[in-house]
Amino acid sequence: MTTTLDAPAPAAPQPRHRATSRLTWLLKQRETGIAVAFIALLVVTTAVNPNFLFSTDGWRDLTLTPAILVCLAIGQAMVIVTRNVDLSVGSTLGLTAYLSGRLFLDTGLPVLVVVLIAVAAGALLGLVNGVLVAFAKVPALVITLGTLYIYRGIMLEWAGSDRINASDIPPGLLDFGTGSFLFIPNLAWISFALLAVAIYLMRSTRVGREFYAIGSDPDAATLYGLRDKRRVLQAFATSGALAGLAGILYVSRYGTISSGVGQGIELEAVGAAVVGGVAIFGGSGTVLGAALGAYLLTTINRALPVLGIPDFWQQAVVGALIIGAIVLDRYFARRQHDKLLAEREDS
Amino acid sequence: MSALLSEKAPARTYAAHAKPWWQRTLMTRDAAIVALLVVVWTYASIAILNFSDPITVYFLVLDITPILLIALPMTLIIITGEIDLSVASVVGLSSVLFGVLHREGVPMVAAMVLALLACAVAGAFNGVLVTRYGLPSLAVTIGTMALFRGIAVGALGTTAITDWPDSWGDAVQARIGDTQIPLMTIPLVALIVVFAVILHFTPFGRGIFAAGLSKDAARFSGVNVDRTKLILFTLSGLVSGLAGIYFTLRYGSARGDNATGLELQVIAAVLLGGVSIFGGRGAIPGVIAGVVLIGTIGSALRLDGLSANLIQIITGVLLIAAVIAASVLGWTGRIVGTYRRQLSSDEPSSKNSKKSE
Repeated sequence: MTTTLDAPAPAAPQPRHRATSRLTWLLKQRETGIAVAFIALLVVTTAVNPNFLFSTDGWRDLTLTPAILVCLAIGQAMVIVTRNVDLSVGSTLGLTAYLSGRLFLDTGLPVLVVVLIAVAAGALLGLVNGVLVAFAKVPALVITLGTLYIYRGIMLEWAGSDRINASDIPPGLLDFGTGSFLFIPNLAWISFALLAVAIYLMRSTRVGREFYAIGSDPDAATLYGLRDKRRVLQAFATSGALAGLAGILYVSRYGTISSGVGQGIELEAVGAAVVGGVAIFGGSGTVLGAALGAYLLTTINRALPVLGIPDFWQQAVVGALIIGAIVLDRYFARRQHDKLLAEREDS
Repeated sequence: MSALLSEKAPARTYAAHAKPWWQRTLMTRDAAIVALLVVVWTYASIAILNFSDPITVYFLVLDITPILLIALPMTLIIITGEIDLSVASVVGLSSVLFGVLHREGVPMVAAMVLALLACAVAGAFNGVLVTRYGLPSLAVTIGTMALFRGIAVGALGTTAITDWPDSWGDAVQARIGDTQIPLMTIPLVALIVVFAVILHFTPFGRGIFAAGLSKDAARFSGVNVDRTKLILFTLSGLVSGLAGIYFTLRYGSARGDNATGLELQVIAAVLLGGVSIFGGRGAIPGVIAGVVLIGTIGSALRLDGLSANLIQIITGVLLIAAVIAASVLGWTGRIVGTYRRQLSSDEPSSKNSKKSE
């Protein structure tokens, strides 16, 4: 990286070759770093045990397992970019999963309708967060911590000691959840599609750019005339809707819904976003990074036992990774800052 | 110009002392939470069978002890404008270290001290990352939450260490004389007093508030903000370690997943107790009332035969209501203030603008 940076003579900056500058740009991207780490992990693990990648089950698990977390990480990244955080996604996932299970059990609604209801319910729960955050001017951390308890409590009250079993779920949905298309599991396709839409939304639309504007400086965004309340509502509603979708994806993949569904996954989603380079105080980072972060975290969990590390250590590795990611971010940000200062003094 | 000259020199007013003392004492969030606690307690004593039984209080105190312990340093940390999400994982870490050392034949007291030391180091690790490298504590402690929990679970796996000498378990659950007051109350109250004194009656405590209100202003008035925060994070690790040892002895089991999710309960109780998540505002009595309130509602619900799940909904609603109440009160206060100013004269008002996070 340093060699490419030093290549042009500093005295007379010549127009760099386009391909080289593209490469430099690509190398500097945070997403590239995570992708490289992910691929390195894959290569090493597969070298130890080829089944990790090349067996049918290995390939399926690799692509299928992260799908649900990717959904949540996309929503979480959007919310964090606006300088908020959504801790309630795990409870939203649990509540919508149970809701859809109940709908299958008690009504004969077609699967597609139930999916739509689950997504809408998630969006509604997210909207409640958004309204409280945007209008009460209370930090999202507190509000969503409150709704984390409320949504989970509602689910537990409602479910009691009931469990929903795979036999209660329409076989069509279960087949969909475990099936695949063109060697890639259906759920992975869904997460790819969502990711593509989210990347477009955040890069190239007004909504997305305003998310970044609000996150990097809320006061400036308000002064500039952005409708910040509406945007915060949209971010939370999207995060909720994605959590609702994740709920139904969970049902389609696992079939059984117990009271602990989705417990603690909110911190994994935040962790994935942070590892993926989404700054916790808003304004920078991408959904692609967050999704890659989700892939990395999930795959590390599965790779450790293969590498001979007891899977009890998974969490420790994930924690070390999160800390490493933010320390590294800080280091690069500071170096960039120093470099800019030095350039200003030179000129 | 002439207006300036004719105007009398305005008497200096201090926002914090503008109102009579009884208003300052009674019209606060702390007082509201204490009042709510009294109301709930009175209602429960009258309406719920067995609630006024001393044994209820005995178990209530034993149950809330870990939350109460951790809430103390957490209050101080949140007042400086930081947060520590790793506390419950430190509880697990402490429990496992204590258990493993005990299994390896280390004497109880030595095992305890070593576990506490390790937890203080864990807390200091958070503190160093936050102060030395200027990283956001929210992100750091999400990371260390996974890291410390991971080490705890990794060290012990799914096994639990349960062969504890009975005398220690009994000591933790002992009562004072013939009463139903747990012996644990004495060190607990002592610790509460220590923390209250540190926060409210020492220069260090003033520094904590100053750091939360404005980091720069605090630094220029001679508060070593980084050192303050480092000390608080270390203290948080130490007290969480203490809670872990209590947890282990009370339930006679050292497990890696002890106290999972406790961090959110602690933070909910602290915020319910009137501590501002923006930093700079809060008091120990309110926090104690917040912790006891949640514990009381929980035990009242259980005694009433209602499911304990309701406590989650109630905790959440109370938490949100508490923070929204502040902003609604501020809102009405501003409206009343504008109205009053319009009545008196059009003198310019100095708006108290605090830099938002």
